[in-house]
Amino acid sequence: MDTIKKDALLSVRHLTVEYTSEGEVIHAVNDVSFDLEKGKTIGLVGETGAGKTSIAKAILRILPEPPARVKTGEIWFEGRELLGLKEEEMRKIRGKNISMIFQDPMTALNPIMRIGKQIAEVIRLHEKCSKAQAVQKAKEMLEMVGIPGERYYEYPHQFSGGMKQRVVIAMALACAPDLLLADEPTTALDVTIQAQVLDMINELKERLNTSMVMITHDLGVVAQVCDSVAVVYAGEIMEYGTKEQIFDHPLYPYTKGLFGSLPDMNDDAERLSPIEGLPPNPADLPKGCAFHPRCPYATEACKQAHIPLTDMGGGHLCRCCRVSEIAKEGT
Amino acid sequence: MEVPMIEVRHLKKYFDTPKGLLHAVDDVSFKIGKGKTMGVVGESGCGKSTLGRTIIHLLESTDGQIFLNGEDITHVNRKKMHEINEKMQIVFQDPYSSLNPRQTVEEIIKEPLKLSGRYKTRAELNAKTEELMGLVGIDERLRLAYPHELDGGRRQRVGIARALALSPDFIVCDEPVSALDVSIQAQVLNLLQDLQQQRGLTYMFVTHDLSVVRHISDDICVMYLGQLVETAPAKELFAAPLHPYTKALLSAIPSTDIHSKQERIRLKGEITSPIDPKPGCRFAARCPYACENCRKLQELQELMPNHFVSCCRAKEINGL
Repeated sequence: MDTIKKDALLSVRHLTVEYTSEGEVIHAVNDVSFDLEKGKTIGLVGETGAGKTSIAKAILRILPEPPARVKTGEIWFEGRELLGLKEEEMRKIRGKNISMIFQDPMTALNPIMRIGKQIAEVIRLHEKCSKAQAVQKAKEMLEMVGIPGERYYEYPHQFSGGMKQRVVIAMALACAPDLLLADEPTTALDVTIQAQVLDMINELKERLNTSMVMITHDLGVVAQVCDSVAVVYAGEIMEYGTKEQIFDHPLYPYTKGLFGSLPDMNDDAERLSPIEGLPPNPADLPKGCAFHPRCPYATEACKQAHIPLTDMGGGHLCRCCRVSEIAKEGT
Repeated sequence: MEVPMIEVRHLKKYFDTPKGLLHAVDDVSFKIGKGKTMGVVGESGCGKSTLGRTIIHLLESTDGQIFLNGEDITHVNRKKMHEINEKMQIVFQDPYSSLNPRQTVEEIIKEPLKLSGRYKTRAELNAKTEELMGLVGIDERLRLAYPHELDGGRRQRVGIARALALSPDFIVCDEPVSALDVSIQAQVLNLLQDLQQQRGLTYMFVTHDLSVVRHISDDICVMYLGQLVETAPAKELFAAPLHPYTKALLSAIPSTDIHSKQERIRLKGEITSPIDPKPGCRFAARCPYACENCRKLQELQELMPNHFVSCCRAKEINGL
């Protein structure tokens, strides 16, 4: 993955992010590379603390620095390298070309500013238009996410959780960005509202041909909206492939474990098969494969050398040295 | 018929708010058999947690009756209350805020043991604490750890050990795995199931996660804005939901099956306010089948064996 693909909208190369806390170095993101084409959606799947959000924040350059630091890496977006840009130039891209939907709509909105004005602010900042035009556009955005335009003048506390999240989405889409970073956009919502929001995101994506990085821990959400999937564990991409490759033939033991931990709606297994143990401490990652202490297939070799991502055919990448043996065992 | 472990009849819990009377639990009736798990599902604000808390007397009920093992415990004196508390326990949703941050793991688990007065000597107390820690899989070396030093899964195990301390018959599990990651969630669910088998516990499992509830429950109650809309054996509810809300709720679960296109029932609108609600079905405002009759009070009717639904058009919609 060293050459930059020509048709990719976003190419992340060897991204490494560290946090420094009380003298400890926390390895949040370790050598992450991926590509995203125009109009496509990649899902970053993993558990709390796996480094998913840090990847998104690094792309948008909104990591809190310090304590965070991008140690190495390049982020190519529409032919430009973002990490090397001046802050002024980056500010023009943020909200205009790349925008982000945050996990918690309760804290992503300013509680003492009218809903509509928060959307109009983004438009005024990035587009040459009069105040009246911005207000008009903001009302249109509200309508687009299914909120009546006359609620422009209300405050966040007057909205329900689902509506607040839709306002956040309207704000993120106000300038028709090329890339949308969605950080667990439906985790705080109820299922019926989640279904509404996912449908809406899918519709808007199609209409505006937006590319999306979808961060989630919910494999059901991935199945609904993503084209490709990267499984993130301890800050590394452990497995990468198309949605079909990952869901039909998961190769990496952790990915398999994730599927085994989910209660299956169509199967009546009496017991779940959880992944034993706990995610590693990012300040003290195990040597070799980061998953080996929890992996049922781990051998001496897994504890020694760092394992590279290997193409298992058709662009299905996996970071496991025993993958072909495990496949043969058929377990 | 066997006496159910828990039975509630026409249970109501209203809260007085500045804006009016909030009907958090409105006329809910059901039974939970001994050693069984009743799942209670619904979206945020539907009153499922309030229901659990009212049953174990953390909240005082407004009206209706609660029976524990056949005995009416709706109104009891202090002494009786202590007795009941030993039989009914709760595991809370958030293992971060339900443990005292200034107590060690050992102190947290020991507290109910001390209060019960069952254990006379320190040696007995310590032995019991150790036994409980072993039971829920907390390592002995974490005895003196504080909650902030533990991860979410272990904290929840401490919460479970505390609930089990006095060997209760009935435990309300209020979203016990919602705050945990999937891999840890599966560990805790397995633990709860093992404990149930070993000790014959009866659970009321409150959650918004439908795949979890299907996995763990024998029977399921579906709530909407304080009302019980449908109750049935778990498998039957998922295979053949009868109430329009249950149908919509189940179809909204994002499926991990990527090959069959999911047919979603799209609900319009948001949950309405539970403050001074109008009589009749509260789902009517979002229901695609709503009619004049829905504004009248709905009766829970048994359309299939053990499958109750509170919808006046259920028969017609489902072609029964």
